[in-house]
Amino acid sequence: MLNTNLFSTLQQNFSSKEQLKIALIGNPNCGKSTLFNALTGLHQKTGNYPGVTVDKKTGVCKAQNPVTKQMQWFRLIDLPGTYSLFPKSLDEQVSFGVLMDNKNVDYPDIILIVVDASNLKRHLLLATQLIDLGRPCILVLNMIDAAKANGIEIDVNKLAELVQVPVVSCDARHQQGIEKVKDTFFAFAQNIQPQQGLINIQATVNKDYAESVHKFVNQTSVYASLLKQRSNIEKDENLNIYNKKFFTGFESRDMLFRFEKIKKISLECVNYSSVRTDLKATDKLDRFTTHPFWGFVIFIAVLFLIFQSIFYLAEFPMQWIEIGFSFITQKTRELLPDNFFTSLLTNGILAGLSGIVVFVPQIALLFGFIGILEDSGYMARVSFIMDKLMRKVGLNGRSVIPLISGMACAVPAIMSTRTISNKKERLVTILITPLMSCSARLPVYTLLIGIMIPSSYRLGFFDVKGLLLTALYLLGIIVAIGVAAVLKYILKTKERSFFMMELPVYRIPQAKTILLTMLEKVKVFLLDAGKVIMVISIILWFLTSYGPKKEFAAIDKNYTEAFAKANADSVKQELTTAMETQKLQASYAGHLGKIIEPVIKPLGFDWKIGISLITSIAAREVFVGTMATLYQSGDKEDNLSIRQKMMLEKNPSTGKLVYNFAVCLSLLMFYAFAMQCMSTLAVVKRETNSYKWPIIQFVYMSALAYVASLLVYQILK
Amino acid sequence: MVSLTFVRRMNGLTKTLAQLIKGETATISSFSDDTLALKLIEMGCIPGEKITLQHVAPLGCPYAFEVNGTLVSIRKSEAQFVLISQ
Repeated sequence: MLNTNLFSTLQQNFSSKEQLKIALIGNPNCGKSTLFNALTGLHQKTGNYPGVTVDKKTGVCKAQNPVTKQMQWFRLIDLPGTYSLFPKSLDEQVSFGVLMDNKNVDYPDIILIVVDASNLKRHLLLATQLIDLGRPCILVLNMIDAAKANGIEIDVNKLAELVQVPVVSCDARHQQGIEKVKDTFFAFAQNIQPQQGLINIQATVNKDYAESVHKFVNQTSVYASLLKQRSNIEKDENLNIYNKKFFTGFESRDMLFRFEKIKKISLECVNYSSVRTDLKATDKLDRFTTHPFWGFVIFIAVLFLIFQSIFYLAEFPMQWIEIGFSFITQKTRELLPDNFFTSLLTNGILAGLSGIVVFVPQIALLFGFIGILEDSGYMARVSFIMDKLMRKVGLNGRSVIPLISGMACAVPAIMSTRTISNKKERLVTILITPLMSCSARLPVYTLLIGIMIPSSYRLGFFDVKGLLLTALYLLGIIVAIGVAAVLKYILKTKERSFFMMELPVYRIPQAKTILLTMLEKVKVFLLDAGKVIMVISIILWFLTSYGPKKEFAAIDKNYTEAFAKANADSVKQELTTAMETQKLQASYAGHLGKIIEPVIKPLGFDWKIGISLITSIAAREVFVGTMATLYQSGDKEDNLSIRQKMMLEKNPSTGKLVYNFAVCLSLLMFYAFAMQCMSTLAVVKRETNSYKWPIIQFVYMSALAYVASLLVYQILK
Repeated sequence: MVSLTFVRRMNGLTKTLAQLIKGETATISSFSDDTLALKLIEMGCIPGEKITLQHVAPLGCPYAFEVNGTLVSIRKSEAQFVLISQ
């Protein structure tokens, strides 16, 4: 019944040079990713599974063979969390696919089953299914410390005997027992007998049918063949007709028999000596977090605290980065001759680079805070208290997590909507997520708020800048919900809406996990968004430095004459500034900005802002970089920040300040609502599998932005 | 589709999970919806297990039940399909 060849091949592989592949799999909230981090450390990378947008985490791990003392490398893959081998969501299908398809590049040699020791009974369901695949499995009892603290004693040796696979306990959060886990990787190098099935399969499905399926599908065990056949008939109509009746009620019979078996196992090797303290503590906290009044107060306070902290904490490193870059730029200009390459280096590359690096503190902090919310278990409570409200506007409690993640970045947020099984709820969530103020808007907001409110005003306890920023975030949320309410009536569905989720026990977030997430997100930002910003910076530098030859020649000629007449240094300097401004107007960028000026004039924007709007279609944060490049060409002597330069900018015809209150607010509105992010559009296209939805999204958001800006400017000017 | 192994005829007297009040405990007896049953079983809501209504969300829905050492949150409309005995 079981495939013994598999185990002998594995033993041979231990001696060969090939790296063995180990897959980590477990229920959501079993601490699988923590164990993965503990095993791989920084030797990991995140990618995508081909064809789907499920995060794929892989890494390598070095372990010493306890017998031969030789070091050996293993390839580890962290599979998406799954409750059983009957996949329902896309995430679960990915895990199932990797495990069951021996042609898959990630098809594991060893399956590392991770279970929460403090929740053994429930987590063993998936474990017994995996063991019955008849493949080399290791059972890891994670969070053994939490189990002990709650009076749960597990007899590891007895458990190993009962489930017929090597069992090891560890506490990945505190790095305890990691070496023991590594030792078990070599368990299969010695002679280990393959397992027998844990439950009687004949009780769950017709015996003859099971055998014929096994002969035909030929997986590693009868059970594996059945699971494979089950997933095949879901995809194939022709198979469906004959086979489906054999699988009627199969899943529930299978799971109930397994729970029977698990009950027996746990009677023999688990000892519960006291009441669970973690559940009690969680219960006490939940009385506040799910309280009719305090629940919402806590939620709003948490959001407020996060955004206030980001504003304060990020300010210092951002200042250092700005100072650092202006120092480097100045030195470069002093040391290198004034020519084409120096100009490209300082006004193009360095200006672009500083525009990217300066956001790193904010992005890191925001993803850090979101990581803390998820890791602590609070995020699930937010879904819980918001479900009914969300349902009123056609969403789901689960929509809250993507929406809050959207405050960091819409791209991963839209990917995380995959946990919403209802298609309509998912689509609406995708369509409104980009309205949440993402971190790319933060630098734009920071810059513009800095211009509007130059010094730090205080309203009692609060910084006015922080308040205005919070107001912008709230505006995003309110408009998003409003749009959802409208979409509720436009989109129709007959599909049932589900809300069923686990509220995990509260845990103190793990610094290592949070730091790794922050590092990973910053890396993605610097490499992915950074590339786009860099290219655009260089294009912009060209567009602003060059223009139609005739016009440039005319300006040069005029000013050469003027320079010849001028004697005082101050006059010369004035002339230089005037010349640069004229050149910018005559440049290609100036022409482009002027073309769109009539359209954006009612919003209070000039052609310089027009250029920024065009370049921001790539990504919102490009606005700041564009401004930096545009105002860089204005003068070369001083090293004022972009903000200071923009504040001094005067309208050449009226002599009034360009960035007055009305214009700044109008711009803020535009950036709050406009769909200026190519990456988001690309992700929406991929997730909805159509061009229709990203186009609709682009159109409705642009219209919203235009109308909002128009209203604000016309009322305030 | 024939229901689970524990098909039970529904009658007007059968109590459902939606009827529990906060703090009350009952025993799960069966499910009257197949799709939901699978999801619930996966989360540890197994017939025969004790289930306690721990929290009710601020606006009266969803509910959070403790079963098998796990907190599971379910909408009121979904709890209706879980039959219980006390």
